[in-house]
Amino acid sequence: MGERVGIEVSLAASEAVKMANVDVVAAYPITPQTHIVEHLSQLVADGELDAEFIPVESEHSAMSVCCGSSAVGARTFTCTSSQGLALMNEIVFIAASLRLPIVMLLANRSLSGPLSIWNDHTDVMSIRDCGWIQVFAENGQEVFDHVLFAFRVAEDPNVCLPVIVNVDGFVLTHMIEPLEFWDEATVKKYLPDFKPVNQLHPDKPITMGAFGMPNIFTEAKKAQDEALIKSKTEILKAWKEMGALVGRNYQPVETNHLEGADTVFLTMGSIGGTVSLAVNELRSRGKAVGQVRLRLWRPFPFEELRKAVKGVKRIIVIDRAISYGGPGGPVASEIRAALYKERNMPVITNFLCGLAGRDVTPDDYIKIYEKTEKMTKKKVREEDYIIYGVRE
Amino acid sequence: MEPLNVYASRLITKKEYFTPGHRACQGCAEALAVRLVAKALGKNVVVASATGCMEIVSSPLPFTNWEVPWIHVAFENAAAVASGAEAGTKALIRKGKLTDKGTVFLGMGGDGATSDIGLQALSGAFERGHNFLYVCYDNEAYMNTGIQRSSATPFGAATTTSPAGKLTSGQVTWKKNMPEIAVAHNIPYVATACSSYPFDLIKKVEKAARIQGPAYVHILSICPTGWRLPPDKAIWIGRLAVETGVFPLYEVEQGKYRLTLDVGELRPVKEYLKPQGRFRHLTDELVEDIQKRVTEEYNKLKVKTTL
Repeated sequence: MGERVGIEVSLAASEAVKMANVDVVAAYPITPQTHIVEHLSQLVADGELDAEFIPVESEHSAMSVCCGSSAVGARTFTCTSSQGLALMNEIVFIAASLRLPIVMLLANRSLSGPLSIWNDHTDVMSIRDCGWIQVFAENGQEVFDHVLFAFRVAEDPNVCLPVIVNVDGFVLTHMIEPLEFWDEATVKKYLPDFKPVNQLHPDKPITMGAFGMPNIFTEAKKAQDEALIKSKTEILKAWKEMGALVGRNYQPVETNHLEGADTVFLTMGSIGGTVSLAVNELRSRGKAVGQVRLRLWRPFPFEELRKAVKGVKRIIVIDRAISYGGPGGPVASEIRAALYKERNMPVITNFLCGLAGRDVTPDDYIKIYEKTEKMTKKKVREEDYIIYGVRE
Repeated sequence: MEPLNVYASRLITKKEYFTPGHRACQGCAEALAVRLVAKALGKNVVVASATGCMEIVSSPLPFTNWEVPWIHVAFENAAAVASGAEAGTKALIRKGKLTDKGTVFLGMGGDGATSDIGLQALSGAFERGHNFLYVCYDNEAYMNTGIQRSSATPFGAATTTSPAGKLTSGQVTWKKNMPEIAVAHNIPYVATACSSYPFDLIKKVEKAARIQGPAYVHILSICPTGWRLPPDKAIWIGRLAVETGVFPLYEVEQGKYRLTLDVGELRPVKEYLKPQGRFRHLTDELVEDIQKRVTEEYNKLKVKTTL
């Protein structure tokens, strides 16, 4: 196995991209993604990574260049954040319907306005239905592992779909963490060369991106939906194989202290670490509290989620985004939908916190737990969601 | 025209890469231009097309008129997609994963996709110096959505969003000079062409494809539907556009201007405007204004060709 080094997570992510031997990187700088593009361009400038680094004039063109390069069969990477994702939005959706296996690291940051460079999940939630495979990482090691995982899954001939690796901006991208690099032999074993199923090449002309009349559009969408759902098989296989190679066993839904738990926190991304401290503290106080972490956001892991929360009485869903005027945070909405048909459906309380980098400490999660303990069933119905920590 | 051109039709390949059976309107000179460009480029090409008439008429799933690799992603990004295809192929050749076939990367779009919504992506691709060719098929309005004005619509032309009304007489602004914008990027090759002059067009596209670095060809593509013109008059009106100086044929190679067709004394602009329904509301004064502008612009261009 590779060595353990202390490194900034952004740099580690770039090193993983280098180990994947990408052919094209197209990106536009935006905080807090910048350290990744800076490091990648340095790697290319130093000849350590043999790739075309395309310093595009916008994120819209970043994703467009990615479409072009992926379509000719080049392994393609981009990364962005917040407004950048919003600007490339149009092409993000098209990339998935073109079935182009682009890998994007998203340094999660709040969407303007007010303008903010800090972390939450409003950017990725704006493209929830873009058709990409979407995973969340909690720490630096997971980021490194999941960059390689993303290429492996995206390019699998049974998948052919783009993948987003969500990495919380600053609180994760800018951390220096000890993490284990893979050695080259392991990467080679895990990630085969990209052999595109369809490729723009004069020897075998194909037409990509034809337009769909109403008589065929629905069928095209059904096929795309099925492809995303079916990708789970390869996702699970890729995690299993990674477990065998590097000893870290990732799951679509991961749990912590679930034994006998009647209440669980449900989190996505780096706040999972903070919540686990609160869970430990609550357990030491004799509270039957556990934690569920959603790693796989698309395709949504219905089966694994239902299994994980079986017998749980209350789920506290922590959302990092607002659905203005809607039924709650986007994660809570989906958890409610996923569990709606369950017998003894747990009570779901939804807290929106940590918006645009607002610190949420383990103590806050303990307070959230205590608040929910006092909530009657009626009160939960009245308050579909609570924006936590609003100064009054 | 060089005398050889009398025989030149025999020198042009009969092979069609943009095949018959597409859904373009009768008399569409844009479809003709696309066909000529495809012939000029041959088999070794990857095409990135913008959304628009030519994309819609040629790719209704599951059919295609493209005998060469072709991709459509969106409206404003054909240049970026073409530059990505070029960069990806370059990397794969360098890494020994593809053999170098001298493939040409073509980005194509209409005047809206080029001089309005896609200008930024095109400027970026020019500035980055990709080895690609961009062809603008300029039919002087958003024809695909129903003849709305673009920045390439000429002064005075009535479109559905620059109608001739009681207060204004069609388009109130002068046509954006897209070839000059391309020249300002200091790219090695810029040319104008028109499908009414097929040999000139083919020669320019061939040259643009051979030149290393970004190249731009701006083709006036007559749209009988949008210009309110009988379909059989498309080629004729294209010739008048050139002969009146409204759309001069020239090329700019490494910054050096050359008129590729010197028409000598210009015919009056009136002859070009009169047959077109989109100009039918113009008063004599406005026609005079247009004549003045055309003469001025043509003289400016002529000065550049003598530098």
